[in-house]
Amino acid sequence: MTTDPDESRHRRRPRVRLAATAAALTLVAPLAACGAGESGGTPTLNLYYPPEQNLQKVVDDCNQQAQGRYKIAYRVLPRQADDQRVQMVRRLAAEDTGMDILGLDVTWTQEFASADWIREWTGQDQADVEQGTLAGPLETARYEGKLYAAPKNTNVQLLWYRSDLVPEPPKTWDQMIQQAKELKSQNKPYQVLTMGAQYEGLVVLYNSLAESAGGKILSEDGKKAVMDAGTVKALEQLQRFATSGVTSPSFSNAVEDPVRLEFQNGDGAFQVNWPFVYPALQEANPELAKKVKWARFPGIDENTPGKVTIGGVNMAVSSYSKHPKESFEAARCIRDEKNQKFSAINDGVPPTIEKIYADPEMEKAYPMKETILEELKDPAVRPLNPAYQSISTVMSAYLSPPSGIQPQQTADQLRKAIADALVSKGVLP
Amino acid sequence: MSINATPAGADVAADAEQGSGRHAAVPAQRSNRRTKKTPLSENKRAERKLGWLLCAPAALVMVLVTAYPIIYSVWLSLQRFDLRFPDQREFIGLENYVTVLSNQFWWTAFGVTMLITVVTVAIELVLGMGLALIMHRTLVGRGIVRTAALIPYGIVTVVAAFSWKYAWTPGTGYLANLLDGSAPLTERASSLAIIMLAEIWKTTPFMALLLMAGLALVPEDLLKAASTDGATSWQRFTKVMLPVMKPAILVALLFRTLDAFRVFDNIFVLTAGSNETSSVSMLAYNNLIRGLNLGIGSTMSVLIFITVAIIAFVFVKLFGTAAPGSDDGERR
Repeated sequence: MTTDPDESRHRRRPRVRLAATAAALTLVAPLAACGAGESGGTPTLNLYYPPEQNLQKVVDDCNQQAQGRYKIAYRVLPRQADDQRVQMVRRLAAEDTGMDILGLDVTWTQEFASADWIREWTGQDQADVEQGTLAGPLETARYEGKLYAAPKNTNVQLLWYRSDLVPEPPKTWDQMIQQAKELKSQNKPYQVLTMGAQYEGLVVLYNSLAESAGGKILSEDGKKAVMDAGTVKALEQLQRFATSGVTSPSFSNAVEDPVRLEFQNGDGAFQVNWPFVYPALQEANPELAKKVKWARFPGIDENTPGKVTIGGVNMAVSSYSKHPKESFEAARCIRDEKNQKFSAINDGVPPTIEKIYADPEMEKAYPMKETILEELKDPAVRPLNPAYQSISTVMSAYLSPPSGIQPQQTADQLRKAIADALVSKGVLP
Repeated sequence: MSINATPAGADVAADAEQGSGRHAAVPAQRSNRRTKKTPLSENKRAERKLGWLLCAPAALVMVLVTAYPIIYSVWLSLQRFDLRFPDQREFIGLENYVTVLSNQFWWTAFGVTMLITVVTVAIELVLGMGLALIMHRTLVGRGIVRTAALIPYGIVTVVAAFSWKYAWTPGTGYLANLLDGSAPLTERASSLAIIMLAEIWKTTPFMALLLMAGLALVPEDLLKAASTDGATSWQRFTKVMLPVMKPAILVALLFRTLDAFRVFDNIFVLTAGSNETSSVSMLAYNNLIRGLNLGIGSTMSVLIFITVAIIAFVFVKLFGTAAPGSDDGERR
């Protein structure tokens, strides 16, 4: 170590200068980035959207169509829904101007609208979105009567069954359990495979059952927890299913993809799952795929067909975006008829514009389109409420494990927990 | 950051406040610094003053970066504040504390956290002591033995947790396949056991490292003398080594307890809190980050902070009263 103060000062100087330069650059860099966006003429719109393999092609297409009015940059969100939401929420709460167009799960739309994080769609933008869009998906994009998002794609679960084992698809859950029991006694594949882990998927299953039984979880205006007789009936059904001995042993920990794999391996006679399982099955096990057919989600009683929960993605424009006009236009382009058809055929996401289902090109990629459309016209929408995330979290906690449900008691607990969640009072598990 | 020049007690408090066991201060230096009750000489006093001066900048920075968030979260915990309902923000006093403390999820998580803390720290102490003795006494390939023992500690917790998760998943995992088809991560007891196993596997080397520093404190002469007096090896361990090592053991226990109480990564990856396996940190994360409920979430953070402070306080009191190498040790 040196003892000469002068020498040490000399030595340090370049480092000081370097540090100062670095500091100056750090300060200036973000400003420069902003400047480029403004003065370059073409604003860059950041599209934050879940991973979708061929979406980049849609984006390129729209960029070309825009002829320099805007340039969309596709920023891919994480794969898990929770991670997607956490990232967007954290940045919106910090009023981040770097997000322009957001791809929201249908259940987040009301939450983001209530927090004033996304802009209302008005005028021509609104008219364009409402034109020809299916009522169920459109409903998920509204909050307090106003339109806050544009449904980009929708999604519904179907009943997939082995036509070599089951000649006639069951109309109700009890029939399905009965058929599975018969198969079990004949030592054939018998399992009914679906998602039962403590997460959103279990809430989706329960919501479908509750709506199929004519039950209401929330009041019509979405402000009060109801949990009426229909929902108790659905709890009974779910508990009966979970304890019937026809589920997979890992039912209480099952999420979408493991369920698909189990069915693909030939373990099940029935599977209740999203349409993505079908192309995957054709690729992985073409022999089995030939035997697999689909039907509507089973109901609770024979005369009322089952209602099924709608999933999908809505597109919204951030309140902190510096280019709202261009963002609305770009979002409209990404979800327009041509691009939705492209995404449906290439990425397997069901369109929200009704007309597309009649297109002849859909026939090959979407053999189950009629059943999907039928379900979409008679849907079960999840509770539309800004506190949905909390409601869903407490619901999945009380519903898990499904074999432990005590219908009336669980309904009472749920009513109280949902009421707390609605006013953001309770503790989330 | 070096805080070894701090007067006795100050660094212990600083460690406790920081609540982080990962900055391995060397416990060996601790034993000679207990000068509390002896009157200070001129020299000593000047030395102490210098000590304060030297640590002042570090302490100031720490107060600035830790005090503000702590005070802010206490302030948040007294409000009804949900990011989704910004207009409904209001001051509600201690209502959030009533909500949290009367909630079953909180107490379940608290019980789980306590269980994990007590079980893992106890097992780690025993295993860590064994490992430390081995590392201390190895004659051949000392460097390799020590390096090998430290590998689990060098792996990022999340990465290690993922490998445990896959190992216990039926179909993909070699450990789950030993259990023929059952899924241990779907049940509460087996999930907790796996979480604790992962924790112990990961942090026993850290414990061993701290204890090894303590072992270096034990003078070889003392052991020889005991041996001459006819003490068996067990007696030498319990009657000579343990008492001399006590400060090191307590520091190791304090660090690990504070660390274990904040367990998060392993649970987050292995079970994500399903089947009632959430720890208090998981619960706070779920309410704060996922639920956007700043009021309730901050209340939980404050409660965790208080619990950690109580643990640290108990340990520091233990140091003050029972540690050899303080007053008694000095006079010996």
